[in-house]
Amino acid sequence: MSDVTYIDAIHAALDESMGQDPSVFLYGQDIGKFGGAFKATKGLQEKYPGRVLDAPISEDAMAGMAIGAAIEGARPVLEMQFADFSSVAFNQIVNQAATHYYRTGVPVPLTMRLPSGGTPGSGPFHSQSMESIYAHYPGLVVVTPATVSDAYSMLLDSIELNDPVIYCEHKFLYRWLKSKDLSGDRLPIGQARITRPGKHATVVTYSAMVHEAVRAAEMLQKDGGWEIEVVDLRSVKPLDTDTIIASVARTGRLLALGEAFPWGGVTAEVVSRVCADGFHLLDAPPVRLNAKDTPIPYHPKLWSSHRPTPESIAEELRKLLAY
Amino acid sequence: MDDNIKDLDQTSGRDHVRRVFNAMLTARVLENKLGSLYKAGKIVGGVYLGKGQEAVSASMASCLVKGKDVYAPLIRDQAGRTAFGEELIDCTRTYLGSVKGPMRGRDGNIHRGRPAEGMLAMISHLGAAIPVVAGMLLAKRLKGELDGAVGATCVGDGCTSTGAFHEGLNTAAVEKLPLVLTVANNQYAYSTPNDRQFACADLVDKAIGYGVRGHSVDGTDMLACIQVMQQATARARAGEGPQLVVASMLRLTGHGEHDDGSYVDAALRSSELGRDSIEVGIKQLVEGGFASVEEVEQWQDDAAKRVQEAVAIAQKEDGPNPYKDDWMAYSNAEMQMQR
Repeated sequence: MSDVTYIDAIHAALDESMGQDPSVFLYGQDIGKFGGAFKATKGLQEKYPGRVLDAPISEDAMAGMAIGAAIEGARPVLEMQFADFSSVAFNQIVNQAATHYYRTGVPVPLTMRLPSGGTPGSGPFHSQSMESIYAHYPGLVVVTPATVSDAYSMLLDSIELNDPVIYCEHKFLYRWLKSKDLSGDRLPIGQARITRPGKHATVVTYSAMVHEAVRAAEMLQKDGGWEIEVVDLRSVKPLDTDTIIASVARTGRLLALGEAFPWGGVTAEVVSRVCADGFHLLDAPPVRLNAKDTPIPYHPKLWSSHRPTPESIAEELRKLLAY
Repeated sequence: MDDNIKDLDQTSGRDHVRRVFNAMLTARVLENKLGSLYKAGKIVGGVYLGKGQEAVSASMASCLVKGKDVYAPLIRDQAGRTAFGEELIDCTRTYLGSVKGPMRGRDGNIHRGRPAEGMLAMISHLGAAIPVVAGMLLAKRLKGELDGAVGATCVGDGCTSTGAFHEGLNTAAVEKLPLVLTVANNQYAYSTPNDRQFACADLVDKAIGYGVRGHSVDGTDMLACIQVMQQATARARAGEGPQLVVASMLRLTGHGEHDDGSYVDAALRSSELGRDSIEVGIKQLVEGGFASVEEVEQWQDDAAKRVQEAVAIAQKEDGPNPYKDDWMAYSNAEMQMQR
């Protein structure tokens, strides 16, 4: 079998979910015959007639339609063409989908796929990471798979879950990230994974930054023999505080790493929880590393310095280790 | 329109007309009581009334079948809720904060519903229910249960300015869903008059832009409202796609009970738009032979009794207990973070 990519895993999970559950349907722009901007739904309209529906350029109505369908017992999988455009649907997601179960007792089993994160040349409006925004709202589950097998199993789990899930898939991983097959440890949503064990410092991260963190850890392994533990959150809401604290207990040092903007967000939440619950475990002040506090630049030279890189991560880790 | 009204079938339509008026009257009696309770400080939160809009609200919902159709009432749809089959106790419990109400104290006043029974619980963001109703219809289509079903929601003139209105109606039209979207043009969105809300000559002109059928009706005229709603819902059920109904009237109350509506133009108040649909309805009932004055008086007494009972029950009930609420925003307990 040839290698499967991250986008193949998403396609496979959609295909499998539709095959198993007739209440699953797909809704989004250009996802039908065209197969989607990133080809995540290629061939699915032919395979499942009437269940892969092209939407007008109306993100607010798309989300509203998915919510209504979910209330009525269907399992919509909504594709936002880019995570950035979900801002247009913000009201429906945070006020309608997120509040519905608490208010009425009727769950909203929808999955919203957000092609997230930066790729070279994508610019300010096709590069955003929205996970922190949505994680802020009670009622939403927010997942951020970093591996091929997680992309697959977490999408299956998201679709099966009775609550609204914001599935943040990283565009940079779509074709670059490959695996020999889809199998994995199939951890449940809400459980983090130790991607790389270590003992000198912990990097808590998620999505594409897991791979950058591993590269930085490899650099420090070669350069000084440091053993850096990398924790992949997998889902940012719920957040697996236990695994984070257990890791910090082993290493005594924390770097919270993310690709999103620096004000607030997942990394701030991680640091805050470690400080509150594991202050006594820390041998050094915890560090956060995020993207710069500017819109995401278009030019690859700017973009590659806007987000954390293995070099900038390694530099922060060196400072952390030297404290 | 007058010619059409004469066509209203008096034998098959008689029960329908009486049912609509009963819902209108019940809503008015209930809302008068809610207003008194508000002034007496007995209500948790605000009170938002539908005075003046009873005819359009009740007539739309009276054309829906609970258990089959979808209904998304908005802020001024007490009459529609009653016509759809919502129990009065759901209203009084929600307004009075009883934990036994459908929202269990988690939401209040008009933000109540029973989505499992096809009646959505509105959020405050205007137009947001339009695509949700459409989505419920879409799911019915996917399940093969759409045949003959319809979804209906009512919005105000102010809602027509929102992106949600545009996106929702356009999307429903693209999918050719059986959506009846009623705009109750009561001339004001809170305090903002129509001339600061839209520049088109008539809101029903928007229908052509969306490729849907438009209907206009005098929202103070009960029989006309019933007829137009029967036509609009019948066309939607028959597969003709979304129907846009624009009903004109004046809001005969403030935006909420905190608002005296003093900004409303006096000329509008004394115009035909300012007619009270209940008074018009009584005249139509009597003149058309649908009911006698004595019957109407009896209905009013009955409504007052039922309202009094619903208020009395809800007033005796406990409010929500923060120590007993499960504080679950997720149906799957594993997803709930405790802090």
